[in-house]
Amino acid sequence: MNQRNRGSEVSPLTVEGLTVAYQKKPVLRNVSFEVPEGKLIGIIGPNGAGKSTMIKAILGLLPRVSGETEIYGRPYKEMRRKVGYVPQRESVDWDFPTNALDVVMMGRYGHLGWFKRPGAKEREIAMDCLRKVGMADYAHRQISQLSGGQQQRVFLARALAQNADLYFMDEPFVGVDAMTERAIITLLNELKAQGKTVLVVHHDLATVKEYFDWVMLLNVEMVAYGPTEDVFTKSLLHQTYGGRLAVFDHEDEAILVDSR
Amino acid sequence: MMEFSWSVLADPNTKWILMGCMLLGLMSGMIGSFAYLRKQSLIGDTLAHAALPGICIAFMLTGVKSLPLFFIGAFVSGLIATYSITVITRYTRIKADAAMGIVLSVFFGIGIVLLTQIQHSPNGNQSGLDKFLFGQAASMIHSDVYLMMGVSAVIIIACTLLFKEFKLLSFDPGFARGLGFPVGLLEQLLMFFLVMTVVVGIQAVGVVLVAALLITPAVAARYWTDRLGVMVVLSGVFGAISGVIGTLISTTTSNLPTGPLSVLAATTVFGFSILFAPRRGVCAKVIRRIRGNEAIRASERMREMQRQDIRLRKEESL
Ligand SMILES: Nc1ncnc2c1ncn2[C@@H]1O[C@H](COP(=O)(O)OP(=O)(O)O)[C@@H](O)[C@H]1O
Ligand SMILES: [Mg+2]
Repeated sequence: MNQRNRGSEVSPLTVEGLTVAYQKKPVLRNVSFEVPEGKLIGIIGPNGAGKSTMIKAILGLLPRVSGETEIYGRPYKEMRRKVGYVPQRESVDWDFPTNALDVVMMGRYGHLGWFKRPGAKEREIAMDCLRKVGMADYAHRQISQLSGGQQQRVFLARALAQNADLYFMDEPFVGVDAMTERAIITLLNELKAQGKTVLVVHHDLATVKEYFDWVMLLNVEMVAYGPTEDVFTKSLLHQTYGGRLAVFDHEDEAILVDSR
Repeated sequence: MMEFSWSVLADPNTKWILMGCMLLGLMSGMIGSFAYLRKQSLIGDTLAHAALPGICIAFMLTGVKSLPLFFIGAFVSGLIATYSITVITRYTRIKADAAMGIVLSVFFGIGIVLLTQIQHSPNGNQSGLDKFLFGQAASMIHSDVYLMMGVSAVIIIACTLLFKEFKLLSFDPGFARGLGFPVGLLEQLLMFFLVMTVVVGIQAVGVVLVAALLITPAVAARYWTDRLGVMVVLSGVFGAISGVIGTLISTTTSNLPTGPLSVLAATTVFGFSILFAPRRGVCAKVIRRIRGNEAIRASERMREMQRQDIRLRKEESL
């Protein structure tokens, strides 16, 4: 299915003039961009910049004031199955009575449709996805008994189970140990190798250059967007973060510390 | 005492009432699990209290005491109440819990005023509406029990068919919406079941306490299991047991209202669960801690012994 799209060069995601507001205050203003296929894209900006809001609005989880979005050239409603989503970990109650395998199977619910219960096939897919994130041993563990990093990997496995072409991940690296971070970035690169496109909300400026092909700098409005080497510059970062950023020069390489 | 209650059981009418209360406990336990997990424990309370003015108005307009009519009245005022909560939270800075508190007390206040009005009116004495505050299972008639059967059948079937959908909705509504499930519709369906349960439960358990029957069995069930399916069934069973115990005591000792007794029964189950549930219960935790400390002490002793051993050997070699 990817092949067809690649031939016709349809962008996995185009956003045109997206504006979102809670109550009356716009928290995302007139954002437009087009995502190239098969790239890892970092979404960077200070807290409250509207990063989560943007993803939720694209996924139709929030009403928008204005703006158009298209997934592979079609409205999102028709293309749901091509889209996978990893919400912020804190967005759910991890004391919910369920285990890791069960959560991952939720990624198949969209394919199952109404009434049908997940069966052996879904279980197998879910186990496969758990294996990919190194969590196969924890399949039957109650989710509150997983560490933060393990919970994050379960969420990731659930998104994998969606078997999508375009992924949105909201801060997957926050609060995880170094090993999990490694596991996640390896997985992201595998997805990329399969021609999938991944947008990742990211906080650690020190790893941006290493992790992402493209970068979006966001602070209510779009500050800059493009290949990492063009966009991830000191002046543009200053523009994005304002005074909240400490920059330490180090042999021309700007090492940046997000002082949030 | 015990023999007395068994002789009561022989009365066919009591069997019906027991059946009704058991079904009520079952459905409120099941539907309450989802309300509890969706952090909507207060919603049941609000709906129940908000039902009172609706029931009173239905009676004032028609002058007859009939459950279907009361259902419509309670349903309409329940809808207005939930809508009010939505409006308050959306257009003011008041948070959801405060909004529920406000709506609950305003509606209940109006309900009490209307209830007093009805009781002072000529046919108010026969209305039996005053029983709606704390509930009187004995006042249930066959058709009421039939209605309960119908409602509980609908809820059991819905919870079975839509188990996966309700689970996803309760765990991660955002993800459910992303997958394309009509989250608003499912939420409304759960709310609708909640209203139905509350309304059919009011006669037996009363406005004030029917919500306790929604939440207490669910909280108790959560102590025993880490699986949603088991929890829902267990919560239904706990609810049913509470309903039966409450009714038995209430019909045998005649003077006590069913609602408080059922709720006390549910609370007892809850207390038992807190204490004795495996893993999550207090006793299990204490035992685990003692065992854990024991194990740590044992391993410390072992290390101490090894250390001494090494020391001795060193001294010997010197
Ligand atoms: N449910 C909400 N209601 C009102 N304001 C909100 C809500 N969610 C987020 N906001 C506000 O919108 C802004 C953007 O939030 P968010 O998208 O979560 O930022 P980010 O993910 O970039 O940290 C913040 O100022 C936040 O306070
Ligand atoms: Mg965010």
